[in-house]
Amino acid sequence: MDEGRPRSFYLLATVFGAYVLFLYGPMIAIFVLSFQGPDGGLTFPMNGVSLAWFEKLWAGTGIVDIGAAFLRSLKLGAVVMILTVVISVLAGLAFRRRFPGSAALFYVAVASLIVPSIVTSLGIALEFRLIDDIVKHLAESRGWTHVAATYTTAMGLFTSGLGAHLTWTLPFGLLIMFAIFNRFDPRYEEAARDLGATRWQTFRYVVLPIILPSVIGIGLFGFTLSWDEIARSSQAIGSVNTLPLDLQGLTTTVTTPDIYALGTVTSAVSFLVIGLALHTIRAIGARRDRHGTDAGHGV
Amino acid sequence: MTPSTLTRHMTAWAQATPMAAVFFFFFLVPLALVVMVSFWDYNDYEMIPTFSGRGYTETFEGCLTRLPEMCTMFKTYAKTLKLAALVWALTLLIGFTVAWFLAFHVRSKTWQIALSLVCTIPFWTSNVIRMIAWIPLLGRNGLINQGLLGLGLVDRPVEWLLFSEFSVVLALVHLFTFFMVIPIFNSMIRIDRSLIEAARDAGASGWQTLWHVVVPLSKPGIVIGSIFVLTIVMGDFVTVGVMGGQQIASAGKVVQTHLDALQFPVAAANAVILLGVTLIIIATLSKLVDVRKEL
Repeated sequence: MDEGRPRSFYLLATVFGAYVLFLYGPMIAIFVLSFQGPDGGLTFPMNGVSLAWFEKLWAGTGIVDIGAAFLRSLKLGAVVMILTVVISVLAGLAFRRRFPGSAALFYVAVASLIVPSIVTSLGIALEFRLIDDIVKHLAESRGWTHVAATYTTAMGLFTSGLGAHLTWTLPFGLLIMFAIFNRFDPRYEEAARDLGATRWQTFRYVVLPIILPSVIGIGLFGFTLSWDEIARSSQAIGSVNTLPLDLQGLTTTVTTPDIYALGTVTSAVSFLVIGLALHTIRAIGARRDRHGTDAGHGV
Repeated sequence: MTPSTLTRHMTAWAQATPMAAVFFFFFLVPLALVVMVSFWDYNDYEMIPTFSGRGYTETFEGCLTRLPEMCTMFKTYAKTLKLAALVWALTLLIGFTVAWFLAFHVRSKTWQIALSLVCTIPFWTSNVIRMIAWIPLLGRNGLINQGLLGLGLVDRPVEWLLFSEFSVVLALVHLFTFFMVIPIFNSMIRIDRSLIEAARDAGASGWQTLWHVVVPLSKPGIVIGSIFVLTIVMGDFVTVGVMGGQQIASAGKVVQTHLDALQFPVAAANAVILLGVTLIIIATLSKLVDVRKEL
């Protein structure tokens, strides 16, 4: 089977190449166009090469306050990432053995993934309106004048927004944890236990190092899914917007290449995060090989 | 229940509680509220918490009286289902081919990982940017029109390339083929290679092997990928909005339009209908496979 490749290989390789071109071609076009000259437009040809549109973006002129939205998205993404990792790993550990309610929780997680985002978003918006009404009503009837005078809404980036994002990232985290533990060899833990390790030590020094590369993968999913999220945030983010929401709003109004510059910057952040995650995963693998253990290679 | 199993269950519950709490507060309760509010009454500026079917009756207004002509609601769903079917067929075709290439024709593990990453990386970047990335190519003065004009194939720019159903389908395929590739690849990678050899030894042609061995064994991946793609397209309003120039109605877009007008009960009624249709699609598909066994 090793000699020569069948004709189908070349046919499929061509299809694959075309698919990759389809995936990356348009993105490369906007990366190039974001360096459009100051008089250039939204399409080719390039009218000179400049950083004018990045400068415009940086100065905050032209489009809405992008810098603030950028920071908000970055902060929210970081919080979502950490919570997704912690909550998913914990739940992943619980799911290693069947427990009462495990099936229900699993189906809820899957449902959260496939129920249309707009429905979840609308629900969260309604929930927080209800909370607001209750708080206002309580404040008035109990005579908490300070609350009644200052309270506006409980909805916000790190309340309803954070929750909305977690309903999207946690199912991915849980599914990755399933994939990890389906391939996990429990004999490593048994060995640790036989050698007298406590449950915490077993987790900290045996299980965690083995699953760490995949856990970083969960973090990567957590951050990038949050960084790009629109549909669930749309009704549930409160009065301020995240970067992708602003970007979506701009698509109908902006007619100059600064939107491409913004696209390039946003993608650069994505690529940076992806690069960091992949690099860390590789570094862990390399370290493992150097220390000569066969952990994580299966048996 | 012995004391030790109880302790074990307690530990498991403690570990699962944070996740359960998030889903309870941000998914289950909101879902229940959507159903509840869909049966509320409303006027021009607020919702009124009394039972009413108005959200539904207004949504389906004229749907029975004007038959056989289709009401707005049916037209919207017909269009959404058409979009979903088109995108499903295209992503399945492309996704299956790509997964087949990765799983069976790329022989070195390193290349397999590298090429899978090449397919995955765009998934980790912004969807809106991947949508607007089509503007320089498909717009009135875009590369495609420049090319067509230059070759003399058309004498004025083709208008249906951008902000049309065509561009919506193109963008959806562009964004979501990934959801087909990964589960199908995951199913294919587990197919015992000796089965393929057995088929060949028994005289099957390449196509016969593909159709009678690879496709049936990839079915779980195909079903999971289809569930993902169909549910995303059914509920989508961002891609339809941006790539359709905010001019195309879809099931998800209708909900968003009502929300922008702060008509919560109507929006909720539409959301419930959307949810119902989506669940019917999923129920039909998931009859074909046990999702949990496939991870």
